[in-house]
Amino acid sequence: MDAKVTRDTRSSRLPANLLRLAPSTWGFLATMLIVFVAVQLAISERVLNSFWETIIRQGAVMAIVSLGLNLIYGFNGQFSLGQWGFYAIGAYAAADVTWRWDQAHSASGLVVLFLLVGLAGVWFWFLSRQLARVARVDALTAFTLYLVGMIVVAFVAIYLGQVLTEPVAAVLGVLPPGLAMQVVFVLAVLLAGALAAEVSFLFGLPVLTLGSDYFGIATLGFTIIVKVLLDNSDTMLGFAEMKGARGMVGIPQLTSWAWVFGFLVLTVIVVRNLLHSSTGRAIVSVREDEIAAKAMGIDVARYKNFTFVLGSLLAGIAGGLYAHINGFLHPDTFNFIKSFDPMIVVVFGGLGSVTGTLVASFAWALMLEGVLRLFLPQGFETWRFVVYPLLLLIMMLLRPKGLLGTFEAPFLRQVLPPARRPAVSENGPRVEAPTAAGSVLPNAADPAEGQGG
Amino acid sequence: MQQSVPMSGLSIWTQRAIRSGWIGRSLLLAIGAAALVILAMRFRESPSIFIQQVVNGIQLGFVYALIALGYTMVYGIVRLINFAHGDVFMVGSFVSYYAVSRFGLHLWPVALAGRDAPGWLISVIGTPEDPGWFTLLIGSASVILLCMVVCALLAVTIERVAYKPLRDAPRISALITAIGVSFFLEYFGALQFVFTPSFITYKRPFGVTTWYISDGIHQVQKGTAPPEGSVLFSNILVIIVLTSLLLLVLLQFIVQRTKIGKAMRATAYDKPTARLMGINVDRVISITFAIGAALAGAAGMLYAIAFPQIVFWMGIIPGLKAFVAAVLGGIGSIPGALVGALVMGQAEVLSAGYISTPMRDAVAFAILIIVLLVRPTGIFGEPEREKA
Repeated sequence: MDAKVTRDTRSSRLPANLLRLAPSTWGFLATMLIVFVAVQLAISERVLNSFWETIIRQGAVMAIVSLGLNLIYGFNGQFSLGQWGFYAIGAYAAADVTWRWDQAHSASGLVVLFLLVGLAGVWFWFLSRQLARVARVDALTAFTLYLVGMIVVAFVAIYLGQVLTEPVAAVLGVLPPGLAMQVVFVLAVLLAGALAAEVSFLFGLPVLTLGSDYFGIATLGFTIIVKVLLDNSDTMLGFAEMKGARGMVGIPQLTSWAWVFGFLVLTVIVVRNLLHSSTGRAIVSVREDEIAAKAMGIDVARYKNFTFVLGSLLAGIAGGLYAHINGFLHPDTFNFIKSFDPMIVVVFGGLGSVTGTLVASFAWALMLEGVLRLFLPQGFETWRFVVYPLLLLIMMLLRPKGLLGTFEAPFLRQVLPPARRPAVSENGPRVEAPTAAGSVLPNAADPAEGQGG
Repeated sequence: MQQSVPMSGLSIWTQRAIRSGWIGRSLLLAIGAAALVILAMRFRESPSIFIQQVVNGIQLGFVYALIALGYTMVYGIVRLINFAHGDVFMVGSFVSYYAVSRFGLHLWPVALAGRDAPGWLISVIGTPEDPGWFTLLIGSASVILLCMVVCALLAVTIERVAYKPLRDAPRISALITAIGVSFFLEYFGALQFVFTPSFITYKRPFGVTTWYISDGIHQVQKGTAPPEGSVLFSNILVIIVLTSLLLLVLLQFIVQRTKIGKAMRATAYDKPTARLMGINVDRVISITFAIGAALAGAAGMLYAIAFPQIVFWMGIIPGLKAFVAAVLGGIGSIPGALVGALVMGQAEVLSAGYISTPMRDAVAFAILIIVLLVRPTGIFGEPEREKA
């Protein structure tokens, strides 16, 4: 309802539109504001010590990663274990940029990353336009063309970067140092996200053609390959400051509560609005039934790739934020065992539930990092990972459909159409599943069911 | 007749169709050709080192094959990637460690005969200080059986406690539970009173004898170096290959020739119909878990014999490699698991030898991804059935 109203008057009166936001939207914004202020006050008044504050920030970062994964798995039905690999790419890319600015007073990281991301984006855009004119280009061929261009672009970016580093550093030098640092940080996080998105585009192009379980395994392989490369980042990739398996130190600790919270709210709004749009309907229809979606004229491959890229973008941004929480990165953080963490969060939050993912990621961080670290009795510290899987098992048995069941916050509730069960409406065939109720998936929860080999 | 329109035809869906498939294929061919050229060059450089690597790869490949069978059988029947399987393998290693190093169970024939056994018996089975080959054979075989039994019991327990209640839940729930079980086995094993968190040196039940091949097979004498350019192999290789082949043949017999094997194949093919035919599906699933875990237990002992350093997380990487092998060969297919495991063993050893040791995990997965792009369901995999 509110969406329709806004659409009608969008062009004419913007301020009036703002006032016409639905009550649920106002409620969401107000709640977010209250949460933000409350936590910020608690932090600045030292009610929360730095231990708990770090955990809250980690929870927020986890929420961004998991929302990305929920898009890919929960809403689009692609069983991906590669989220953690893109998270790692984002973390290291962003950390490298800020490290160079902070420690070496060089804008080279920023400039090269910007040029790489920008030029690769232009190349992808150009090539996709060209490929769209040609019928029957198989995924592997497209991948090869994109890849070759990407390699050329990387060399161009490195070369141009050497030229442009000094001028950019001079421009940034005009700003006060603190502000310049923040600017570099935000740009680094966004560019790291974009880099992760571009890598995921390249990787997803051929791999998304695989069946669901095989896709999961291939993406698991991607995570492991990224981890191995990070282990050898100083020797094989040539980034001496990443220090390979010893861990990267000296990253400025810039991720404040305000930044993570801002990015989180932005993510929630983007995800909510996306799912509210026709694109979102198409994404969900791919999950429900690929063949039916295809019959409705939905370009299944394109929407799969789009969702995968968007989810990876969120993973990359979250990685960039994560890198600046502790100021320390280690390849073991991006171990494939850990790559199940966002999957665990998404499943506990409920597949296709945005509120559930938010709650589950904070609960997960508080539980695993906080409670299990602090409140295990003396002499039982090593039992943390013995208790954790037991909790997992109990949770899984008690609430197989997610922590909150079918609950969804009012602002997010209209993500999927209400349960009116319109098989075919007057306006022609609809793409949603007829049983879609609220935002929690109809018969749940296993998008991968029946597709496995 | 849409399909019969040639690529350059004037179909309305085609603005400008060009033959573009060769570009993608040539990328794959180029990667494959580059790998072959590098290997051929290495082979010409020093054939003996190359063959030595291949021999080591075979040894590793057969261990992986035993683990991979557990993954592939369980996946074939319940469509579950059983991530706890690698940790069952780890438990197998530790069981054999306790049996051999702590309790000396492999010497049970000697212990049973006692000190005052008749002379002819001592000449056959030897003494505790110098056990005869007969004792070692029987003793090692019984230790390996013990590992298999313990792992099978463990897997059946896991299946009953963690997977069975979730049989009707979405598959992802069981997957998460499998990860939880894997965590539990690892970190419970890491506790001080269980397996301890540190590396433990494994004592083999028998001594290592090494042979070299250079015009004929000769035994390497203590204190002398084998001649330049010869290929070494030890009794460990022979034991691993023979044990694995024996177990594989046994498994093939069980699956193809026995009633329970038939039930397993029927359950894998169509669970509801198998149930209608009077097959106790739950029992079949339990038995599948048990057989897979028994093979993993045997693999655990063989792996510990080959690489005698054991630690609580040792199951992760071999488990993952074996899983890759199972997928590579076509998950659900038993010959596929063997072929995939042998490929994985070669890939690991050759990339460790010729590319770089830390990159070997990445190479394994790169091979997996490339193979999946060419054959989306693995080498021996059946094409996916369309959703009905």
